[in-house]
Amino acid sequence: MAKRLDISDLNIYYGDFLAVEGVSMAVEPRAVTAFIGPSGCGKSTVLRSLNRMHEVIPGAYIEGKIALDGEDLYGRDVDPVRVRRSIGMVFQRPNPFPTMSIHANVIAGMKLNNQRMSKAQADEVVETSLRGANLWSEVKDRLNKPGSSLSGGQQQRLCIARAIAVQPDVLLMDEPCSALDPISTLAIEDLIGKLKQDYTIVIVTHNMQQAARVSDQTAFFNLAGVGQPGKLIEMDATEKIFSNPNQKATEDYISGRFG
Amino acid sequence: MIFSGAAKGAGVLILAILAAVAIFLLVNAWPAISTPTDELSESVHWIKEGDSLLDYVGPLVFGTVLAALIALIIATPVAIAVALFISHYAPRKLAQIFGYVIDLLAAIPSVVYGLWGALWLMPQMFPVFEWLSEYLGFIPIFQGPAASPPRTILTAGIVLAVMILPIITAVSREVFLQTPTLHREAALALGATRWEMIRMAVLPFGRSGIISAAMLGLGRALGETMAVAMVLSPGFVYSFFILQAGQQQNIAANIALKFPESSGLGVNVLIFTGLVLFAITLLVNMIARWIVSRRAEFSGAN
Ligand SMILES: Nc1ncnc2c1ncn2[C@@H]1O[C@H](COP(=O)(O)OP(=O)(O)OP(=O)(O)O)[C@@H](O)[C@H]1O
Ligand SMILES: [Mg+2]
Repeated sequence: MAKRLDISDLNIYYGDFLAVEGVSMAVEPRAVTAFIGPSGCGKSTVLRSLNRMHEVIPGAYIEGKIALDGEDLYGRDVDPVRVRRSIGMVFQRPNPFPTMSIHANVIAGMKLNNQRMSKAQADEVVETSLRGANLWSEVKDRLNKPGSSLSGGQQQRLCIARAIAVQPDVLLMDEPCSALDPISTLAIEDLIGKLKQDYTIVIVTHNMQQAARVSDQTAFFNLAGVGQPGKLIEMDATEKIFSNPNQKATEDYISGRFG
Repeated sequence: MIFSGAAKGAGVLILAILAAVAIFLLVNAWPAISTPTDELSESVHWIKEGDSLLDYVGPLVFGTVLAALIALIIATPVAIAVALFISHYAPRKLAQIFGYVIDLLAAIPSVVYGLWGALWLMPQMFPVFEWLSEYLGFIPIFQGPAASPPRTILTAGIVLAVMILPIITAVSREVFLQTPTLHREAALALGATRWEMIRMAVLPFGRSGIISAAMLGLGRALGETMAVAMVLSPGFVYSFFILQAGQQQNIAANIALKFPESSGLGVNVLIFTGLVLFAITLLVNMIARWIVSRRAEFSGAN
């Protein structure tokens, strides 16, 4: 399942605007990679280019290469829909399908992948995925209630369950805890620790402690000024970044001496 | 504070106007309601001997609803398809032009649609109706002989469908465009194709909007006068034969055709049919609201 991502010389555009420039990095499998950096430096933009969600925005495109276990994700005959099926995504704001039940939300992705699924199979996937997302015990008695009837933290875990139900190669998370209270945040962090045994995980976070707690690798992005493209400043093992980074900008940002 | 007061005032005003209209209709319809059946056909020459008021209005209600339903069945799927095309498939330039044209179409007066139906559509429809009656005639509603010229309820329904298409399309398009990015991206990130994304996010979110749009269209079709009067040759029976002429009539067109030559009790009878139309329209709106609210818990609004 878990696969590695190799990014080389990535430039990302919104129309004419170059938002991110010259990013090269390797994302290791069965590990958590954290993206940190000030607001607007392009963390979300890079993350969304990894599963080709970036190009959903009109006029948006990339240059450079992103490879999943050596396979070019932007190759000429690669279908973006297929890429998204193998690289799952969890958004900043929980977004379960409000018209679908909890049960239907979990298997929504499965239904796209293989249309025919017996009831027993579906129930099994729902249980495994909800257990995987540490949500099963809280919702097992109300699987037919709408996904929007859950609390914010539960909704976010439902979205994680939905993403892992299709057994993706990589799981991308864009500030998955920023809309949640500390207890739900801890629940999700525990979950990330558990999921990394099976998945390649990339997480964007503004919370330094969170990055330090959950990630193995940390990438620090920065931008020179407003209207300038964001760049990858440095990437290293998380302990190294947080104790003894190579770049002064990284140290300033982490120690809070930075805007 | 001022705003909530104004809103409340407007709400009360609307209720008061509705009540005033209902009372006006009721007062003026009362002579017809209170006249005994045998006297009714004596003093109003176009009511059949021995028919009661309800015997008279029944087929008209039937014709009204039938014409409007035909229009709705034809117009809704087309409108949804056009609205989806404009909102999710067409390139932005083209979508803008399309949206503009649709808004223009919604502003065309119904008599123009009536003229179009009578002068252009009718000749085109005859071969189609003949084909329907020949090959699908075993289905009762398509039973022949197909009328020539095809001044039938199906023609009226098609004209009405074209007439209500723009309003349903315009409202649906607005609703589809408002689908939260959050939900669209949730579907796309799971690996949904565009069509799957539309089915998972856009349509469920737009569901109550589509119903409201269809009901707006239905309301217009129920009350339409000119477009129907110009293409339908009227009849007063409960008939499902939509390819035959002289079978059905709708209330509004009937009032328009009969009013100039009516006096006394005849006018009261026509006003009574107007009261019934008013009630039907209210009922349609209430049912629509009920449908919309029934699944509020699952709606995209929360
Ligand atoms: N849809 C868009 N259209 C045009 N420009 C955009 C769009 N989304 C983001 N940008 C621009 O791209 C740059 C990077 O934005 P991005 O959202 O990736 O930053 P971020 O690092 O995720 O910030 P934050 O921490 O606030 O989420 C910013 O300059 C932003 O204005
Ligand atoms: Mg962001």
